[in-house]
Amino acid sequence: MLVAVVLTVAGLAALRSFKTHMNGSERAVGSPPSVPPLSPGEHALTGRAVPTVYGPVQVRVVERSGSIVGVNILRHPAETTMDIQIGQFAFPRLVGETLTAQSARIDSVSGATYTSHGYISSLQSALDHGA
Amino acid sequence: MLSSFPLLPAPVPVTARVRRAEPVMGTVVSFDVPAAAVADGSLDAAVRWLHWVDRVFSPYRPDSDVSLLAAAEVTVDGCAPEVAEVISACTAVRLCSGGYFTAAPGGVFDPSGYVKGWAVERAAAILSAAGSSNHLVNGGGDVQCAGGRPRSSLAPAPVPDSPAPAGPPSPAPGEEPWRVGIADPLRRGRLALVVEAADSAVATSGIAERGAHIVDPHLGRPAAGLASLTVVGPSLALADAYATAAFAMGPARARDWTESLPDYEAYAITEDGDTWQTPGFAPHIAPA
Repeated sequence: MLVAVVLTVAGLAALRSFKTHMNGSERAVGSPPSVPPLSPGEHALTGRAVPTVYGPVQVRVVERSGSIVGVNILRHPAETTMDIQIGQFAFPRLVGETLTAQSARIDSVSGATYTSHGYISSLQSALDHGA
Repeated sequence: MLSSFPLLPAPVPVTARVRRAEPVMGTVVSFDVPAAAVADGSLDAAVRWLHWVDRVFSPYRPDSDVSLLAAAEVTVDGCAPEVAEVISACTAVRLCSGGYFTAAPGGVFDPSGYVKGWAVERAAAILSAAGSSNHLVNGGGDVQCAGGRPRSSLAPAPVPDSPAPAGPPSPAPGEEPWRVGIADPLRRGRLALVVEAADSAVATSGIAERGAHIVDPHLGRPAAGLASLTVVGPSLALADAYATAAFAMGPARARDWTESLPDYEAYAITEDGDTWQTPGFAPHIAPA
């Protein structure tokens, strides 16, 4: 069941292409946000940190009974005003898109995002680990 | 920046469809295509097209035709023929928008405001030419769809006696309209509405993606008044350019102008959270 989500959210081609950018050192981000505790019956899948031109992106997926019930942003670009704007707008929207795609049928979103490939790639790796 | 969401139902498996996300043109272009588009190579061809457009049209590549042209190091005749095509199209939109759309923002030749939508529309056309009758291509939030979404890949079809939906989206038998969420520019992470699209394009210009980045060419400063403006219509190249022009106009002028556009409808959200739409937009809104 989880695999269906993976395929609707991410593209493996994108993931492959980002591996070529993994050599550079990751920029430090501000203090890592605290992660909410898991409820009984939930487990977390942590994606790898994916470098983007704006800095590393890392997400954690919370799963229960084969469904994604939450997505936490562990790391996001936060160095510049531009990055903060992107992070503030893009990530919540993408988290919403991940979850919305499961609950209501939304095929796509108009008015979308810049660092989405980082989000998608980290989400992909989290789900790959959990699959 | 942490987000958690309550329990949601299990997902519906999707069969015989392929999704691919390609980083290109400074954004991500995602495809939802029939599996046959992978087997026949048309998905790869569409992706190659986008990378070619990036090489020829990117103002960030010093060796692109656009950069060389802006620097007057070549003439249009020395560029790929598509450059003349794009210049001509930009001129047409500039004229019909009273100059609110321009291929020379800041005085330097840069047709990026037209190229993304045009390139994504053309990528969708490559898939159509190879035989796909239903696919969706989303270039950084601007969407071109062909046909509708096949029902076989969906949750249960509507019961037979349910009334047929009225309005423009009318996909072939066995298909449903694609459902395109419109990001809410004022409430991050939310959708403002969902648009149904079949054989049509959805483009949104707004402040959400990169802050205030659309400049009013007549005033030379960021356009004010609108938070986002969505245009639906047959061609993504035009829908995208119209959305950019209308956003630059501000709310009042944009409303009059979009109402005058044949075959294209608009939905706007102002900075204050007010909304308006052109008279023909309502049938595009998915039922709640």
